Amino acid sequence: MADISCDFVGIRSPNPFWLASAPPTDKAYNVNRAFEAGWGGVVWKTLGFDPPVVNVSSRYGAVQWNGQRVAGLNNIELITDRPLQVNLDEIRQVKRDWPDRALVVSLMVPCDEASWKSILPLVEDTGADAVELNFGCPHGMSERGMGSAVGQVPEYVEQVARWVKQHSRLPCIVKLTPNITDIRHPARGAFKGGADAVSLINTINSITSIDLDLMAPTPTVDGKGTHGGYCGPAVRPIALAMVAEIARDPQTLGKPISAIGGIGTWRDAAEFIALGAGSVQVCTAAMHYGFRIVDDMISGLGEWMDSKGFRRLEDFRGRAIGNVTDWQFLNLNYDIKARIDQDKCIKCGLCHIACEDTAHQAILQQKNGVRHFEVVDAECVGCNLCMHVCPVDSCITMHRVDTKPAANWTTHPNNPLRKVEA
Amino acid sequence: MPRKLVADIAAGRLPAQQLQDNFADVAPPLDRQGALIAAQRCYYCYDAPCIKACPTGIDIPTFIRGIATDNLRGAARVILGANILGGVCARVCPTEILCEGSCVRNGPESAPVQIGALQRHATDWVFDENAALFERGADTGRRVAVVGAGPAGLACAHALARAGHRVSIFDARDKAGGLNEYGIAAYKVPGFAAREVQWLLSIGGIDWHANRALGRDLDLAALRNDHDAVFLGIGLGGVNALGIEGEQLSGVRNAVDFIAQLRQCSDLTQLHVGRRVVVIGGGNTAIDAAIQSRRLGAESATIVYRRGAASMGATGAEQAFAKNEGVTIIEWAQPRRIVGVDGALTAVEFEYTQLDDAGRLTGTGDRMRVQADTLLKAIGQVLVAPAADGDGGLLDIDAGRIVVNERFQTSLPGVWAGGDCVGGNADLTVQAVEDGKRAAASIHETLMRRDARNGGG
Repeated sequence: MADISCDFVGIRSPNPFWLASAPPTDKAYNVNRAFEAGWGGVVWKTLGFDPPVVNVSSRYGAVQWNGQRVAGLNNIELITDRPLQVNLDEIRQVKRDWPDRALVVSLMVPCDEASWKSILPLVEDTGADAVELNFGCPHGMSERGMGSAVGQVPEYVEQVARWVKQHSRLPCIVKLTPNITDIRHPARGAFKGGADAVSLINTINSITSIDLDLMAPTPTVDGKGTHGGYCGPAVRPIALAMVAEIARDPQTLGKPISAIGGIGTWRDAAEFIALGAGSVQVCTAAMHYGFRIVDDMISGLGEWMDSKGFRRLEDFRGRAIGNVTDWQFLNLNYDIKARIDQDKCIKCGLCHIACEDTAHQAILQQKNGVRHFEVVDAECVGCNLCMHVCPVDSCITMHRVDTKPAANWTTHPNNPLRKVEA
Repeated sequence: MPRKLVADIAAGRLPAQQLQDNFADVAPPLDRQGALIAAQRCYYCYDAPCIKACPTGIDIPTFIRGIATDNLRGAARVILGANILGGVCARVCPTEILCEGSCVRNGPESAPVQIGALQRHATDWVFDENAALFERGADTGRRVAVVGAGPAGLACAHALARAGHRVSIFDARDKAGGLNEYGIAAYKVPGFAAREVQWLLSIGGIDWHANRALGRDLDLAALRNDHDAVFLGIGLGGVNALGIEGEQLSGVRNAVDFIAQLRQCSDLTQLHVGRRVVVIGGGNTAIDAAIQSRRLGAESATIVYRRGAASMGATGAEQAFAKNEGVTIIEWAQPRRIVGVDGALTAVEFEYTQLDDAGRLTGTGDRMRVQADTLLKAIGQVLVAPAADGDGGLLDIDAGRIVVNERFQTSLPGVWAGGDCVGGNADLTVQAVEDGKRAAASIHETLMRRDARNGGG
């Protein structure tokens, strides 16, 4: 079996699956259960100064989609609401009990040097492996000048990272907020400030739904609601794009990334690792199904690596980065056509109506007066829409038909800014 | 209960509680969660095959989407707008050969979407709350008589009321509903038919006249005189006889009478049923009679049909259900003689049958007897045609059905007909509803055209 052990900026763990800083890592009881279940590491739920914050009752809103519960999850919970010393004592004990697991401590204190300087030695003293700076939470703490209020200003990110590296020998991971136009800027700031790694994405600012009886957002606290942080499977594509942007940014190329955002299976994890992630962090999937999901993540990743001949995570880490490019470099002569397998087709008509109403009128619905769905190659632009809406697995597939050599926009005659070959 | 050798017909064969359970809803409704799961299985096909398979053309994907989006009111409006008896049809339609039979999800590893159960889910609340989904149109002043308050008549009456016509609906029985009230197995529609009729009539503009039978209390000529149009939805009021020796013996009765008695019975512990029941026939009435006999406590119920199972009017699903209920089905046997002692039935003698080289049914000469206390005849119903009307107008009848054109007009001007009394191919509630709906559209069009010609009113 492939070796899936992980060394992320010197933080060692038997596998790359960490629990993200969140309710599942709020206290020793949960973390012990997570380690018993096999998780490689945890990022302890964010610590702050005493007196601790107060949390509200009713904290989560969830998006159900077509019967799938928790397709997306939104929370309005703040950082830990337990006294600092209780958390520090538990962290010390847990690290002592589980020396082979990664134990990273998430921190959020006011944006001044004294605050950071005072909390770092307390964490270092517990024996924890690293700190993660929570510059992400878009709700509550941001109103107090912390969380995403810091993460949205690259200069602040850089400044705090520098303080942390000055006042602690621990590896420093900066957790980035996605609630920003260009994720590369805070990432560059973090690394410029000396951070060892970034982790992303934190939650996306969101309102889950409006209760049409209460006329209030959910989750509703005594008739009122507020925006919260969105996570879960629905945000994964956004996280993939942001991780990819940092991974291929010349200014941060090769820098360590701990990936977060809708990861719930080994495949999700493998995709982020292929984009360069050194470890992956999980929260919503564990909150949905419990810690036991790590079993299949460990097994699935190992089995898949074996099937591909990868012996270590490094063997495929970052392999997809080179294939993430700008649109302008895509081959405009690449051409694919949809094919409908008539033996598999159940004649639901979804491909036809999708193409007819919203795409290229390339799928006929009748042949000789009989219900029959067939692609008109001359009209098909290879957009994949029919393949995606078809409910039958592998019924519609795309087939390459082009013969011309590759050419992209940079040299296309329609491009006013094309490069003229010398 | 002690057994009698002859005429063992008795009430209370089962305890009251068991009887109550046996005649409770055979297919309990989906709850919200179950309905959502079922609705989410619908692929929302384009130009969906299920719509084409429904005689009333209900836009099934649209109503199912309504369920999935918590738009039950919209879903109910889609269903009942196409089929005003969508509630009972959700319970009694042979969905496995109609909508569900055409569902694209049918396959070796996938069951069809539960369209019938979803239709019931979307409509049940309407009748429970007596919700008004449709309004009577502005009064046209036109008067239409609807004869027969079965599915065809009710659908016709409702559509005419929506169009603003004044409808009088007459029925030979004391309750409206037709076969839904008197002829369908109790466990399929417990307590439902009357509620649905009450809701349907609540649109207003429909006068209900019970116990008025055509030919007995009503005269077609008078109806034509008093109304701008007449719709006949009189069903098939007569019952075929076997025409064999012994048919007059006690213990021999029509299955439809047995079912009607059961449906109107308020205390099933008082309802008599034979210990050994034989049913002759192959349609849904035969199946319903046999199963209900078993559920009343009959020791045995045997359906004997003169052809093979594939020729039975009852669907494969109904046959399977009957067998599951302990009903024995004997194929390829026709009744020859009913045997009795002291005026009471004791056995039915059958001759085995086969098809000859020309495909005709013939007896093989081999005979057998089935012991019985009760024989229920379910060999089909026949039209009781109204007598020639006073003006000498005669309703054209062909092959035992009232002849209508594609607009459901009979040979008599101003008289339309629909439902089983005209139907050839399918004796389905849903088909009768469609007939009534289309006849109403035809009547409305005719009355409005007449108005236009006369310069209004």
